[in-house]
Amino acid sequence: MNCSEAEVLIHALLDGELDAGHARDVEAHLATCPACSAKFAALRAMRQAIVAAELKDSAPAHLRARIEAALPAPPARAPAAAAAGYNPWRFNRRFFVGGFALGTALSGAIAATLVLGVLRDDQQQRITGEVVSAHLRSLQPGHLTDVETSDQHTVKPWFNGKLDVAPPVIDLTAQGFTLIGGRLDDINGETVAAIVYRRRNHVINLFVAESLGAKHQDTAAETRHGFNVRHWTEGGLDFWAVSDINADELDEFCRKLRPALQPPPPRS
Amino acid sequence: MSADGDAERARRFREAALPHLDDVYTLARYLTRNAADAEDAVQECYLRALRHFDSYRGPAMKPWLLAILRNVCKVEFARRTSQPMPAEPKEDEQAADELQPWQEPQLSPEAELLRRCDGETIRRLVAALPEPFREAVVLRDINDLSYRDIAEVVGVPVGTVMSRLARARSMLRARWNVEEGSAT
Repeated sequence: MNCSEAEVLIHALLDGELDAGHARDVEAHLATCPACSAKFAALRAMRQAIVAAELKDSAPAHLRARIEAALPAPPARAPAAAAAGYNPWRFNRRFFVGGFALGTALSGAIAATLVLGVLRDDQQQRITGEVVSAHLRSLQPGHLTDVETSDQHTVKPWFNGKLDVAPPVIDLTAQGFTLIGGRLDDINGETVAAIVYRRRNHVINLFVAESLGAKHQDTAAETRHGFNVRHWTEGGLDFWAVSDINADELDEFCRKLRPALQPPPPRS
Repeated sequence: MSADGDAERARRFREAALPHLDDVYTLARYLTRNAADAEDAVQECYLRALRHFDSYRGPAMKPWLLAILRNVCKVEFARRTSQPMPAEPKEDEQAADELQPWQEPQLSPEAELLRRCDGETIRRLVAALPEPFREAVVLRDINDLSYRDIAEVVGVPVGTVMSRLARARSMLRARWNVEEGSAT
């Protein structure tokens, strides 16, 4: 790397926007070039000074009030009971006039949590729909499995190199859920592992991916279009099980599967 | 849609959009350089955002609002021909090119000067940057947006964001040194 290549990239390094490879290249250049290295140090000092100067303005209270007044009033019914009694904006206008900056920061944090709650639910609703659609697609002739075998030691390596993660493949045949294979599927625009089980003549799809909107360790239950859906997160992976078997049997499937997902205790 | 539906929508909008009011107002201040215009622009931005909230598909609310605000400001300034936005001042860009070798200060004294530079001076120097460089610095260093978000807000490729930021900071650094030079 020469100085003219580094000229723009040192800013991206400063901003933490470079991938590891480029960051290494730029740092290697800085280590050998006193001029670029001095420039980088000055830019960093300047950026620190800008951050320290806290140049972000607080919107004046009358502007906030004007904007709020222009919005339709919040509803005065059940879920809104929380909003009415707990409305962070109203709260900070009435009680935090003196400490307005603090009130703003606080209410911002509260509101951000509320927003997160909303978005997360929206996302889960959407993914539930996609999971059920993927399950239905898989029931079309010839779509159920890419690798068809009851041997977990064949299914697991089949996923190698096809995904960023190594999905756990658990054989539950002895527990009444026959492993019949695996395939790649597409949910929410991401390629995910689908591990397929059979219970009598019902199919269970278990979708596994790194980030698929399952936010809780506890198994969450949903029903969509008559299909039962269970999802949970564990060990950095999100799991979604979907089937037309009844809710009790799908719960049984989760109860038997989940302990087997735990990593084996370290050998002493 | 029922009144309750509207109110529910307004509640979601309130919770999603109002936490970014300070960010939106800050960008408006730097784009308009005028408190009264900034307030009008922010209010117009929120009204437009509410109108288009149904088509909003997330996930990042802040860049979405800032993009709307930016459009409000650009349209407003295009309309006011008496007060054009200083579009592409070529001399400024030229003048702000790299520091001349004899101006290149030693590292530690410069870092020292930068530390001594007070908030008001920094604010004035940032505000004095010509567009589109001012906008790039504000979005990155004050609004704390990623390059990708800035590219979306401004509507240019990420590479352009990078070169504008590099240019903006070189200008800022040059003026900063001049400022300190005249002060001492």
